[in-house]
Amino acid sequence: MSVSPVRSTEIGREGALVDLPIIETEEGLQTEELILNMGPQHPSTHGVLRLVLKMSGEKVIECIPVMGYLHRGLEKIFEWRTYHQGIRYADQADYVSNMLNEHAYAGAMEAIGGIDVPRRAEYIRVIVDEMSRCAAHLIWLGTYGLDVGATTPFLWCLRDREEILDMFEEVCGSRMNFNYYRPGGVLYDLPQGWLGKLERFLDRFADRIEADYMRILEGNEIFLERTIGVGTIPAHVAKQYGITGPMLRASGVDWDLRRDRPYGIYPELKTLRPVVFPDGDAFARFKVRVGEMRLAIALIRECIANLPGGAVRARLGHVWKCPKGEAYYTVEGAKGEVGIYMISDGRSPNPFRAKMRGPSFNNLQIVPWLLKGRLVADVVAILGSLDFVLGEVDR
Amino acid sequence: MAIEERPAESKGVPIDFEQDVIQRRPVSSQAGLAGEDIPIRRSVIAEDDNVVFTTVTNLINWARSRSPWPLGYGLACCAIEMFASVAPQHDLSRFGAEVFRSSPRQADVMIVAGTVTHKMAPRLRRLYEQMPEPKWVIAMGNCASSGGEFWDSYSTLQGVDTVVPVDVYVPGCPPRPEALTEGVLRLREKISRGG
Repeated sequence: MSVSPVRSTEIGREGALVDLPIIETEEGLQTEELILNMGPQHPSTHGVLRLVLKMSGEKVIECIPVMGYLHRGLEKIFEWRTYHQGIRYADQADYVSNMLNEHAYAGAMEAIGGIDVPRRAEYIRVIVDEMSRCAAHLIWLGTYGLDVGATTPFLWCLRDREEILDMFEEVCGSRMNFNYYRPGGVLYDLPQGWLGKLERFLDRFADRIEADYMRILEGNEIFLERTIGVGTIPAHVAKQYGITGPMLRASGVDWDLRRDRPYGIYPELKTLRPVVFPDGDAFARFKVRVGEMRLAIALIRECIANLPGGAVRARLGHVWKCPKGEAYYTVEGAKGEVGIYMISDGRSPNPFRAKMRGPSFNNLQIVPWLLKGRLVADVVAILGSLDFVLGEVDR
Repeated sequence: MAIEERPAESKGVPIDFEQDVIQRRPVSSQAGLAGEDIPIRRSVIAEDDNVVFTTVTNLINWARSRSPWPLGYGLACCAIEMFASVAPQHDLSRFGAEVFRSSPRQADVMIVAGTVTHKMAPRLRRLYEQMPEPKWVIAMGNCASSGGEFWDSYSTLQGVDTVVPVDVYVPGCPPRPEALTEGVLRLREKISRGG
């Protein structure tokens, strides 16, 4: 697919308001530039992203993303809350996979304070992290199905996600925004009989991935037509834009923080083999995310088999004071590298600074490059495959 | 329900966005749910011939209350729970409110699900004005109801009732799908009472 369909690309931003330039397409047709505003209230922008598309006929010649419609000042709020209260706000960043944000925030505190996490807590963390990743990928799969015109995957994915949320509710009492992590462990131990329930769910879920999702999407001609070869990101471009997570692995770069910058007990898990596909298109991203759900099932099963006993929370005392220091702690989130850079001044009960690296924000940077020269019909199919959450983009 | 009476002078005042957001003057219309009950004029069914005597207003309100089609204004975390309430487990279509559209064109009720920021508030107000009459608003979640946990944020609106009149507040962070269903049911009550 050619990237530059028009000859005249020097179009001033202010020129759109007064006189629209006449642009000439390759076929020799003369057409007027058209500004198409997409969002912030749009079903396919997955939140409140706004895209200003400059069109020549059906082709996008320039795309300007406008963000900030969900900017809630999370990083400033981190500075106004105590360390424990901040965990609750870390939930709000990527509200589809909350546990992974909490892990990054709690991990940053532990890195500064030098807290040792009990082994049982580490195993529980892997279990809830991977369940959260499954929930995030299920939401993505369902809404991406809606984006490309399939309704049934949405209903099926939400069915499985509800089961995951029910189990989270048993663990920590909330369906979303869990507030489950603590510096030095997790809040509660797993309830009785929960692991058996989880195992039964994993069996069902593994069957459903093969029997339902793969069958209805991978064998669907319309889905294949709309995703194969659409939105291709070569590996070097993906690296240049700082893309992480499933999008990077779908471009053929074998980079997974769980293995390459290990944290927790991930290095001990034998089933951890990152899912990599070389194609870089929307279909490869679909394959990577489905593969990550399968990988998550294997990791959870291994953790259940080796789950040790003991405490789930390190003893820190009633008033825990974070010592002076700074740390950057990264977690392989559902969208990519979730990082918290935290500075503690050693005196105040609040962090001096907590900077969050949201993977969606960095992954979103490639949108103008990716949409340039594509058809407007592909815009939704490309945007959906990127899987960004605006709570994490705007923060 | 302990919902305090709004001051009389704040009713019917045209909304100036800048002024009202800064002064945080609520323009909620809680008359149907909180204080005085609007009496329901019941219909009469004649014994013999399957004839129903009722007023046109009653009939229209009854019809309206049975299918409040929402404008799904999903902004943040609550949007995910709003999806979940449409999904098969918590089937919102049992109560006639399953047709979620992102366009204000055919919408009856706007479900504001999530944190409204200062940048988003004028768009929300515009979408509300583009909805055809009659229209209702459900503020879903703590953020949309009162600012919630972002009560001291510099960039969020402290309750969506500072820009649009809200009919039903659904508390929770985020509210469970059952809570949203309850909110829709309360809105149905309110509509059928002519609210």
